[in-house]
Amino acid sequence: MNLKTARTGGLAALAIVITLAPLGFSNSYFYDVGVNAMFNAILCVGLNLLIGYAGQISLGHAGFFALGAYGSGILTERYGVPAIGALVLSASVVGILAFVVARPILKLKGHYLAMATLGIGIIIHIVLKTEAGITGGPDGMSLGNFKMLGFTIKGDQMWYWVTGVLLVLAVWLSLNLIESPVGRALRAVHGSEVGAEVVGVDTSSYKVLVFVVSAVFASVVGSLFAHKNGFITPDISSFFHSVELVTMVVLGGMASIYGALIGAVILTLLPQVLAAVEQYEAMILGAIMMGTMIFMPKGLLPSLLASLKRREAGK
Amino acid sequence: MFAAFLQYLFSGLTSGAIYALAGLGFAIIYNASHVINFAQGEFIMIGGMATATMVAAGVPIYLAIPLAMAASMLVGVAMEKFAIEPARNADVVTIIIITIGASIFMRGAAQLIWDKEFHSLPAFSGETPIAVMGATLMPQSLWVFGISAVAIALLWYFFNRTMFGKAMLGTSHNRLAAQLVGVAVKRVLLASFALSALLGAVGGIVVTPITFTNYEAGIMLGLKGFSAAVLGGLGNGTGAIIGGLIVGIAEAMASGYLSSAYKDAIAFIIILFVLFFMPSGLFGKRGTDRV
Amino acid sequence: MRNLMKWGAAAVVVAGCSTIAGLAQAADPIKIGSILSVTGPASFLGEPEKKTLEMYVERINKEGGVQGRKIELVVYDDGGAGEKASTFTKRLIESDKVDLLIGGSTTATTMAAVPLAERNEVPFISLAGAVVIVEPVKKWVFKTPHTDKMAAEKVFSDMKKRGITKIGMISEDAGFGKSGHDQSLAVVKSFGIEVVADEIYSPKDPDVTAQLTKIKNAPGVQAVFNFGFGQGPAIVTKNFKQLGIALPLYQSHGVASKDFIKLAGDAAEGIRLPAAGQVVPEQLPASDPQKPVVTAFKKDYEAAFKSDVSTFAGHAYDGLQIALAAINRAKSTDKAKVRDEIEKTSGYVGTGGLVSMSATDHMGLSPSAFHMLEIRKGDWVLID
Repeated sequence: MNLKTARTGGLAALAIVITLAPLGFSNSYFYDVGVNAMFNAILCVGLNLLIGYAGQISLGHAGFFALGAYGSGILTERYGVPAIGALVLSASVVGILAFVVARPILKLKGHYLAMATLGIGIIIHIVLKTEAGITGGPDGMSLGNFKMLGFTIKGDQMWYWVTGVLLVLAVWLSLNLIESPVGRALRAVHGSEVGAEVVGVDTSSYKVLVFVVSAVFASVVGSLFAHKNGFITPDISSFFHSVELVTMVVLGGMASIYGALIGAVILTLLPQVLAAVEQYEAMILGAIMMGTMIFMPKGLLPSLLASLKRREAGK
Repeated sequence: MFAAFLQYLFSGLTSGAIYALAGLGFAIIYNASHVINFAQGEFIMIGGMATATMVAAGVPIYLAIPLAMAASMLVGVAMEKFAIEPARNADVVTIIIITIGASIFMRGAAQLIWDKEFHSLPAFSGETPIAVMGATLMPQSLWVFGISAVAIALLWYFFNRTMFGKAMLGTSHNRLAAQLVGVAVKRVLLASFALSALLGAVGGIVVTPITFTNYEAGIMLGLKGFSAAVLGGLGNGTGAIIGGLIVGIAEAMASGYLSSAYKDAIAFIIILFVLFFMPSGLFGKRGTDRV
Repeated sequence: MRNLMKWGAAAVVVAGCSTIAGLAQAADPIKIGSILSVTGPASFLGEPEKKTLEMYVERINKEGGVQGRKIELVVYDDGGAGEKASTFTKRLIESDKVDLLIGGSTTATTMAAVPLAERNEVPFISLAGAVVIVEPVKKWVFKTPHTDKMAAEKVFSDMKKRGITKIGMISEDAGFGKSGHDQSLAVVKSFGIEVVADEIYSPKDPDVTAQLTKIKNAPGVQAVFNFGFGQGPAIVTKNFKQLGIALPLYQSHGVASKDFIKLAGDAAEGIRLPAAGQVVPEQLPASDPQKPVVTAFKKDYEAAFKSDVSTFAGHAYDGLQIALAAINRAKSTDKAKVRDEIEKTSGYVGTGGLVSMSATDHMGLSPSAFHMLEIRKGDWVLID
């Protein structure tokens, strides 16, 4: 019961933060950064299911994100498919693709899995870059607003509220997934795969399931990002973007939904803050990544919570 | 027809030897610590950049090379001491993020210390191409092959014939047991970083006359080196070399006979294919899980 | 110090003190915002562009500014990523409230900023190459560099003069090379030239002899044209020599800097490429109106930064000059007026050539802005 209240409490706190944050926004640039932070947060909450709960690394999630973005771009711009249809269609294709590659890939472990997912991400990147006739190549492609049922999402403020609702929804979905039997099985997979198998957990099905779910999350966010940004380049599928996403999850805290969320927000805001010290940006970013991981190897949120608990116990 | 094939092969061997040298660095550190060091490419960059800028500033090359090697080793040792050692018991992913953070940091520092321009070094023994049955090869490529071969031989000797090398291998197999029989595990880890930074620097110096170098040169080499090391089977030096050569040759053959636009993709497809059937790479040890 | 000031300025905006700023209208600085690829693969464009803008803004401020107002420059580094460029452009427009935008070192970063400039009606002078930036004409968007299409046309007309009808192309698969490759294929037929081999390499490939061998063995090939920048073209050049290919090699304007000759060494001998007068100030005839401009710019730049001037730095110089001249003529920073004045730019002599814009031409350079150069004994020789 206690868990349940903690869950609704967290969701309510998240909703309040999203609602109140705009009080500090003085113009639409802030909304823009806010939307990007929440896009990354949704993506990382999904990715965290895979990395944090199932214990499987993926260095190729930017590829799924980009497939969603380009799927929406190509379908709406070249074939006149309505935006929502394009989003669903892209997400389904990405889901199927993820399902097909998941079984052979998830048989791999550790760094071999990292390599395989990295390879898939890079192959997607190369295709997007090379097939300029369809994707616009390295110069990118433009796409229009997100229209649905005669209603158009446009402007940073409207996007902010739509994304905010989606983020709460994504967190709620993930929390439910984790509390479900599937979630328990996942944690068993992370703890000890052989052990889980011995007690009769069908580990590979569960791993495939989260892999597909996290890929679909990425694809949906990709579609929305493409409409919101109005312009996409193959850069969004690059290896660096994948690494950035994994860093967000690990920095914030693996196996912690709110941790992944905080990691995403921090790493989205950081480059904006560091823009003023541009020539030191890379060094500072690198130092922050190393420092956080050395001193808080479990990630920001879990480490902070643990130290809070310790202090409480000390009283 | 055969001349073209031979040329593709030479092209692949040249790139492949460069990837192999990068992959070897991954293998050494993995061997001692089971850490994948994503900053390995940066050691290569530091070796190349330091030598090239010193030579451009008038330092004689026979002085610049050892200085650059020392600098790179120092960076490697510092990295192990201040970034890896404190996080010894962290998760694999956590350590991956630390090494990526280190690579971003080193790139940022390199662009401040040096600049963003490309730098070159003169080829060690001239630029007269060597003709072999209608195909050509640059003398510098032979240097890369030669240095790779020497590195492999020295490493083999070090790991199989010296006490310290055996201690390093032992540590990788079982940390606790190694500690119990009196191996100074901390020293072993430090040595592995110093050794692979040194190797990276050497690699950076020999490949700079071919590929040039700038502060971002380590990114591609790190990625290709990682691919080579994984394909060959982690922790296996010979595997890393063969992995690198396969990637290089696959790219060259793909651009020669299939499509140059998709050559990188083809190389990755081969790697994926191999991993699907051999989940521990070509020469990797099959792992067993502890419960 | 400059960073501190930047922070200070941002803080003022954030605090919402726009009313106070409004009262102080007369002393308000002219705000120029710039997104440049100072780091990342296109840093060799963004870095000199940033240096140039900073140097001239400082100098103009020392001389009293424009219209009695100081210039304030805000530069953000997009690292060559279109998505970052879009966020930073929004920041420049919304938060920094700039009067005018200069920048976008690459086509992708420019195209990311274009919709924002158009929607918010901010004059925008791009420093990137591709022809899509100004064709079709976008009301608020201008550009200073020559297009890749012009470069391709210059190269093909030189080939035509030499009687070359069959060529091999080798291009890099990143933005500049890809766009140049596509533009080349679009115009090549009108010169009666056929592309018999078309190969691609990645900017960081250590060896491209495989691609070049394929081109070498293509039937009837008479010349090779490489579109790319950075270290790639230098590797192509070296491999070209290694294979002993006895054909003319053409490069694009992307390598028109001394660094290229330094990297490629002896192998660069005999290469031809199109370039702006900026590359060879001392070789321009005295009658060339560009001569004093490019000579002065070269001197300023090389004195300030102790490194060779590049045409890319010149693009930033031209952008700044065109913008400030327009503000001068408009006697205000009213965005619509400044835009109209930029469009009326006529007879401006810049580092890139003579610029005369119009409602249908937002670049304003004529094909004569390009010269054909050949590399001989490690230096440029003006041949056309």
